[in-house]
Order: sequence, then C-alpha cells, then structure tokens
Amino acid sequence: MSLLVVDGLGITFGGLKAVDDVSFAVAPGEIVSVIGPNGAGKTTLFNMISGIYRPGRGRVSLNGTDVTETPPHKLAEMGLSRTFQNLQIFQDMTVLDNVLAGYHLTERGSIWADLLALGSMRRRADKAREGARGLLARVRLDKAAEQMAGNLSYGALKRLEIARALALGPKILLLDEPAAGCNAVESEEIDRLIAELAAAGIAILLVEHDMKMVMRISNHIVVLDHGEKIAEGDPATVSRDPQVIAAYLGTENAEGAHADG
Amino acid sequence: MTWRNKWLQLAILAIAIAVLPLFFPSGYYYRVGALIFVNALAVVGLVILIGYAGQISLGHAGFAGIGAYACALAPEHLGLHPALSPVLGAVVSGVLALLIGRPILRLKGYYLAVATLGFGILVSMVLTNERALTGGPDGMQVADLGLRAVLRDLGWRLSGGEFWYGASGIVLVLGAWIALNLFDSPTGRAMRALHGSEVAAATVGVDVARQKLRAFVISAVYASVAGSLLALQNGYITPDVAGFLHSVEMVTMAVLGGVGSVLGATLGAAILTLLPQVLTVFAEYEQLVLGAVMILVMIFLPQGLLPSIARRLRGRDE
Repeated sequence: MSLLVVDGLGITFGGLKAVDDVSFAVAPGEIVSVIGPNGAGKTTLFNMISGIYRPGRGRVSLNGTDVTETPPHKLAEMGLSRTFQNLQIFQDMTVLDNVLAGYHLTERGSIWADLLALGSMRRRADKAREGARGLLARVRLDKAAEQMAGNLSYGALKRLEIARALALGPKILLLDEPAAGCNAVESEEIDRLIAELAAAGIAILLVEHDMKMVMRISNHIVVLDHGEKIAEGDPATVSRDPQVIAAYLGTENAEGAHADG
Repeated sequence: MTWRNKWLQLAILAIAIAVLPLFFPSGYYYRVGALIFVNALAVVGLVILIGYAGQISLGHAGFAGIGAYACALAPEHLGLHPALSPVLGAVVSGVLALLIGRPILRLKGYYLAVATLGFGILVSMVLTNERALTGGPDGMQVADLGLRAVLRDLGWRLSGGEFWYGASGIVLVLGAWIALNLFDSPTGRAMRALHGSEVAAATVGVDVARQKLRAFVISAVYASVAGSLLALQNGYITPDVAGFLHSVEMVTMAVLGGVGSVLGATLGAAILTLLPQVLTVFAEYEQLVLGAVMILVMIFLPQGLLPSIARRLRGRDE
C-alpha cells in the first residue's frame, strides 16, 4: 500500500498554474524522483505536500489519512520530514543543536521541567543528544558538533539538513536537491545514504538535478514540465520517453552527456 | 562556547552581586544596584522573547505596570499580603499575555512591534486615567513588604537599600537561572529554531505559534515581577513604569548588552541604568550622550556588547 498519495494536486500563483493536476504515489522503501527543468514546479509541489503551501486543488494523503490542509508541524508528527533546496538551517545554533531541534517531537515535555531543569527534562534531552550524535556521525559531521552551523560549508549544511530531517524518525522523507553544490565524493555519499534509508523502509521523494544519481537510485520517476506531469515510470522508460527528451533531457544535452560519461 | 555555560554565567553574576558592595562609596549605591537588578530582570525576560524566539515587543512596560500596580492595589483592595501581590501581578500578566499574544504573534517584524506598542500604551492610559483607583498621573503609595521587619526581629538589621539590593539580586540570579535552563532545553531549542527559520522549525514538528506564545508569556511574567519589585522597593509608583519610554528602554538594554545573552542583558541594564547617573554632570546633554553611545555600539558592536567582546577574546585565543 502506498504511504503517500498525491492526487490531482494543483496551485495557481497570480493566474499562473505553477503546478497543475499532478498525481503519483510513494510506497514505503521506494525512491520516487521528481524531475523537470528549472521552474517546472518541483519545489512548489514539495511545499504543497509538506503543508507549507495550501493546494488550490487536489488531495494529499498520508497513510490513508487526508492531510491536504494539515500544517507542517502536524505532518511531522505523522512521520513526514523534509529538507530544503535553499537551505533552512538554524544558523545561530550549534550543529548539534540543529539536529536536536529535529528531535523536538520526542524530547519535548512539560514547560516547567524545561524552566527548572528538572531531571525529567535532562533525561529527555540526554536521550535526544545521544541520537543526534549518532546521526551526525552518520553524515560525518560529528567533529563539527559544537561549531555554529553558520560556519559550515555548503556541502556540510546539506548533510546537516538531512541529519536534522532524519532526527524525526520519518516514515517518508522529502529531499529537495540534497546533492546540489556537493562534490563527486559528497554526492556519492548522499547517494549511498538515500539507498540505505530506503532499504530501511523509509519512503523517499526526491528532487534532484544530478541525472546520474536519479537514474541510478530511483525506483520510479515523475517528470514535470510547466507544472504538469508529462511522464512517469521507471528510469529506463522515462529516459526513452520522447516528450521527456524534448522537454528536459533534450534541452540539456550537456548534462545528459555528462551523466553518460 | 564557555561563556554560554550556565553555571559559569550564574557564578559570574552571583559573585559580581556579592562583591560589588565592597566598592560602594555610600549607601546610595545599594539603591542604584537594586534598580539595575530590577531592570536586568525585565531585560532577561526580553532575552527570552527577542534573543531566543526572535520576536519583538515594544509594550513590555505594560506588564511591568501590571506587576507594579498589583503591589499597589492588591493589599488595599483585595486584602492580599504584599508578599503575594507580585504573584497576583505575574498571574494577571501571564494570562493577559496569553490572551493578547495569540492574535498579536501572528504578526511579524514591525507589525508585531506596533501591536505590542499599542498594548503598552493601552495599559499606561488605563493607569493614568483611572484616577479613582490608581491616583492617576500622580501615582500612589505601595505597602511595605514587611520582610525587612521580620529580618530585624531575627536580629539582622538592614537598611532599605541593602535589603532591596540583596532581594533584587537574589531574584535576578533566580531569573537568570531559569532563562539559562530554558536556553538549553527542548522548549528553548524550539524557540531558537523558529528564530532561525520558522518554516524549518515547523517541519521538524515545532508548533511555531505555541512556542512564540510561550516566549511572550514567560517574558511578560519577568517584566511583571520586575515591575512589582520596583514598586515595592520605591514604596511609590506612577504610570511611567508602564510608559512607552520604559518599554523602549528595556529593549535598548537588551540589544545593547547582547540580545541572546543573559549576562549581556544584565550588562546592558547596568550601563543604561548607570549612564544617566554619571551623565548628570552634562545636565541637558545627557540624552545626547546616551543616544551617541547607543549608535556607536550598534555600528561597531552590532551583536551587542558582551557577545562582541566574547567573540573578540575568542578570536585572540585562536
């Protein structure tokens, strides 16, 4: 059964249909990629699914529940987590605190315990801290734990966002260009991490421009152009689709050639 | 990050409070010190609101006014013991902050500033115009706390200045302890997270509206307790305590010292409380010098005094 079902989703900004009638589904352990040229509506689609934009039309359901109007913090409680294309890091917090913020749902408790530093608060925080250090090790940021997040490199911040998103213990993870701005080694690491997460049963919805990565790790690809879904299928089918080649791969020959080489 | 360390900060604060009287040339300075601690307490509350949660308020003097007038009115009209009046004031301020915070905190940036400004003005107008109850702009007497008499009976003779220096100092350390606890707690992290990015905070499950409201209510209680202490130590109160200028003064103290830092807030409160005392020699140029100092600090140390100095010291170490 599908974990996330997107059905006829659409939104209009000032008369422009940014996303129009897009449908697809993601099952646990599946990696679904959304691709398309710049401005195709990929990030807008993500923002609607994650509750940041309210869709004009259509429905989103998570685990069989209609979550179309559900605010982001409620979606987080239901197991949906995401990263951002234009980094949304808590710059003035340490790297460790950034990931700890991701543990908010498990470490939160009575406000009185927090104000008076009661033992119950310290136990909750210690448990979260242990998990956060583990996640930082997983994205190779454990040595930077006490640094201010604002001082990290772009690639490191990308990994920090993934660690923070994983702190929720998500059932479904939306990754918006996780490998953008990363070097070959970093992108391969992210690639491997995504595959591991999917193998652990997390549903992955991915927006990525690195075609090589998309073709290699996706189970299913949804192609958007001008806000509409023009094709979907497994990587082999999509890469042969004439409409896709015309709209996307064809117009970016250089990138296609790079991916093949 | 040692300067953020909770116990180190508290120790510095407590030692400073304990040691400073050794250098006081006269008993008058106990009064000044007590005033600094009261201001610092309100500013520590603003550190939670502005520094942690990233929200602005230009109306917090309104809560100070509620705390102050609770001490002036409750013993006389409700028969409440003066020692319990600050608690009543804090409860009233907290509930009021909860009620007005819900709609107000949906606003951002200067809209929020203007809405809170409106609240402060409202409180100050009520206090000024309800002459029958509050004595209007002339103000009113505040009943004595009675604690000093109890101490005297126990054989501990303290002057009014000494007593309030100690009492305000203890409450300030307590307030700083709570604020520092909050900083490194799940709630504090949620507040700081929404300060950094509301969208990202929401996607990790932080109920942004709720955490803003918490910061607002907590800071209102701080302001209220500070107002109560001010009323009790002066024995007299006027609506100025709730006035717009007092609100601006609090925010300025917070920003001057370093708005994310509890110690910085205390430093900011100390400087802005002391400067007018020092500057009396300049008579009518006092405001001018004050303004110039603030502009210079903001230009050259935009993070506020303490964080900027700490950063510079760390930079030298490395």
